Amino acid sequence: MRFLFKTSYLQDIRLVKHGGQAFWYGALVLALLAAPWLASEYWLAQLTFVLIYGVVGLGLMLLSGFTGLFSLGHAAFLGVGAYTEAVLAGAGWPFPASFAAAALVAAATGVVVGLPALRVRGIYLAIATLAFAFIVVEVFARWESVTGGNAGKQVQALRAFGWRADADVPFYFVCLAVAMLATLAILNLLRSPTGRAFVAIRDSEVSAQSLGIHLARTKTLSFAISAALAGLGGALYAHKLKFLSPDQFDILQSIDLLLMIVIGGIGSVHGAFLGAIFLITMPQAIAIAKDVLPPALGQAPGLQGTVYGLVLIGFVLFEPLGLYGRWLKLRTYLQIFPFYRRGMFRRQKSFLKSDRLR
Amino acid sequence: MQALQIVISGVAQGCIYGLIALGLVMIYKTTETVSFAHGELMMLGAFAGFALMVLLGWPFWLAVVATVVVLALFGIALERVAIRPILGQPAFSLVMLTIGIGYVARGLVTMVPAIGTETHALPVPYKDQTWSVGGLVLNVEQMVVIAATAVLSALLYAMFRYSKVGIAMQASSQNQLAAYYMGIPVQRLNGLVWGLAAAVAAIAGVLLAPITFVYANMGFIGLKAMPAAVVGGFGSLPGAIVGGIVIGVVEALSGFYLPEGFKDIAPYVVVLLMLVVRPNGLFGERLRKKV
Amino acid sequence: MTALLSVNDLSVRFGGVRAVDGVSFDVEQGEVFTLIGPNGAGKTTVFNLISRLYTPSAGRIVFAGAPLLDRAPHEIAGLGIARTFQNIELFENATVLQNLLIGRHTHRRTGLASELFFTAKARAAEVAAREAVERVIELLELQHHRDAVVASLPYGARKVVELARALCTEPKLILLDEPSSGLNVEESDDMAFWIDDMRRELGITVLMVEHDMTLVSKVSDRVLAMNHGQMLALGSPAEVQRHPGVVEAYLGEPA
Repeated sequence: MRFLFKTSYLQDIRLVKHGGQAFWYGALVLALLAAPWLASEYWLAQLTFVLIYGVVGLGLMLLSGFTGLFSLGHAAFLGVGAYTEAVLAGAGWPFPASFAAAALVAAATGVVVGLPALRVRGIYLAIATLAFAFIVVEVFARWESVTGGNAGKQVQALRAFGWRADADVPFYFVCLAVAMLATLAILNLLRSPTGRAFVAIRDSEVSAQSLGIHLARTKTLSFAISAALAGLGGALYAHKLKFLSPDQFDILQSIDLLLMIVIGGIGSVHGAFLGAIFLITMPQAIAIAKDVLPPALGQAPGLQGTVYGLVLIGFVLFEPLGLYGRWLKLRTYLQIFPFYRRGMFRRQKSFLKSDRLR
Repeated sequence: MQALQIVISGVAQGCIYGLIALGLVMIYKTTETVSFAHGELMMLGAFAGFALMVLLGWPFWLAVVATVVVLALFGIALERVAIRPILGQPAFSLVMLTIGIGYVARGLVTMVPAIGTETHALPVPYKDQTWSVGGLVLNVEQMVVIAATAVLSALLYAMFRYSKVGIAMQASSQNQLAAYYMGIPVQRLNGLVWGLAAAVAAIAGVLLAPITFVYANMGFIGLKAMPAAVVGGFGSLPGAIVGGIVIGVVEALSGFYLPEGFKDIAPYVVVLLMLVVRPNGLFGERLRKKV
Repeated sequence: MTALLSVNDLSVRFGGVRAVDGVSFDVEQGEVFTLIGPNGAGKTTVFNLISRLYTPSAGRIVFAGAPLLDRAPHEIAGLGIARTFQNIELFENATVLQNLLIGRHTHRRTGLASELFFTAKARAAEVAAREAVERVIELLELQHHRDAVVASLPYGARKVVELARALCTEPKLILLDEPSSGLNVEESDDMAFWIDDMRRELGITVLMVEHDMTLVSKVSDRVLAMNHGQMLALGSPAEVQRHPGVVEAYLGEPA
């Protein structure tokens, strides 16, 4: 058991609250830095994907998890960032500049998509984001001069001032740097007035307004930052895949992103990365299981979809706090052993109350 | 003349959207859940019809009735097993649950050997027939869709108007605990509504099957029912049908008159316009929290 | 002396219903002014008009010399008006501390850039905000609830947190909507003390809606009785309670 003796407010405000956290997170950072030498090429590639999806997940977590604005079309921002990066890299821009541009263009798209949020809520907003996503993907397909249309677009290697990062290891470090910076930025945001304003909007718009929070501006900001992160992830995504086509950003991708944050644990930063790990490792797990299962089951094309669906249903029904929630329960159990009580994290039975009247 | 032809075809397609949207709105009115699994329910209805008509060789009318009953029971079971346990949780969780259900339905159907991955034709008695009326060549399949939608709407309207079910639904969705206190059998009501919605989706599936054929990804058509429900106003049952027809007609006209690609995004442009002009849809009502 | 808040001939209609009809009153600096009346009299509607959640169909509101009606709802807190809500509008999924920190939003000095990078300025601002919040926590004795998630708190505690959050904005005028509803005798007594403390130690003017006549008589300077959206009687608590119209509204006519 650990007892925290607090002597200053900074201890509560700091990101790393005590020695134990410092140790574990430090170890994590070291492991990530050493990964290229510890992991095989295949797993390094998977880790790179986890980092990329983690960045996008952070954005979606901010928007849907922390601000409560449900976005069904987030893959559109991923696509905007990816295509912007592809075009600019092709034009010879160094990657810090093209990354910044990708994030900005995605943020601008986010502001536009967020406009309905200023007028409508809940399911209407979700459908508006869905509608925008379809339109954006169609634009990708039709604007052939820029995006190459349905035939797809090749992406140049990552380049800046003479340094190329088309090998796996340098590219991994670029992704790691972006992921760490994005995580720090979001963590900083969440412990400051803007982050708290987002949470306020999620929980009670009326009282948020009465406390001086400008609803329209804050919601737009949330959309912008969330889209910018997705765009940044998209830029990395473009270089990883080296080839883009509009159907990589369709509704199934958007749902995958949502799946990621729900399973990871809505409302937590860890959840974005845990969800990304899930999203990347699940196909591997299914592939391994395919060998074990009888052929009728294992070789069926619908297996992946079924498993995804079942896992999602399972998490929503039994573990609404997601993987991070499960980890919290485990950690609490270990921390206060043997005093852990089964009902500690139990949600009170709740009855349906109209969301329209919130 | 050609424009009229296109409009009729759009109305027929719109009726399908409308029927699915009807199910969506019914579920939303009762439980404030938006079911993203409804397209898949329609697909299951189509496959059930196919299984009964082709694999088991049942006559058309018997197969249709059986399909409706099977899907209704499935809807009730779904509500009992998956929806009821988490009804008080935030809407987001419920939506993700229905998305998961959709995935599972699609995946399971695809896993059925030989049948799931193929496209099938549904042998309806009016298949490929046409009528000539005036200068128009009318596709009987489309006429059947429109007629069936009209009949179904009338039946449902009568049911909600002349029974207390409509009011009970509204009460249950606005404050479930209070509804319990008022003696409304909330759980039975929810089951009934899901069963009804699934049955309507099944009928939509059987109606759609001759036009688009039966295949596992049919459910994606259900995504267009969302804009239909929004256009009509998410809380309004007649609005769902009207919204569906609007979307269908706009889609058909833009497919013909506008450049390629507009047809696919037409429903979404319409929904965005509607949200700008009239956020609560054509027949929706503006609810506001009183503090 | 000009009044801190001046409401002049305020009216609002919802459809055919006149929720507030020709209400006028002044609230002087440093006084405790109470609105009483049966349910549906329009008291909370007056609050919602002052908070700019509704727009009146007629009338004027002047606060600290400036007209209030051209302001948007989110500007009210910055002007120095805070409020609590009848049915408690707290941020349920956040801790008490986070709720109170959100109350400091109008005193924010950092921009987005310094927040993203958590510069020294942002850090200092956070510590200052925490210190201000702790002062309110000490005043209202919320220390043991500091890290509790609001959804897990009992009703009485939530009412206190709502009050605390309003105080964190450092208002000039606080609108309390039924501060003692749902509280037991002991908690109501505490509430009376705090309202008095607010006026005397913090210099805050209090405008409140209240049903508990004991509390009203104990703390109020002046009372306005309303019924059906209209003014019935305005004066000291004793005067208003004796007013025949008020007696009739609450107790009915003699048989």
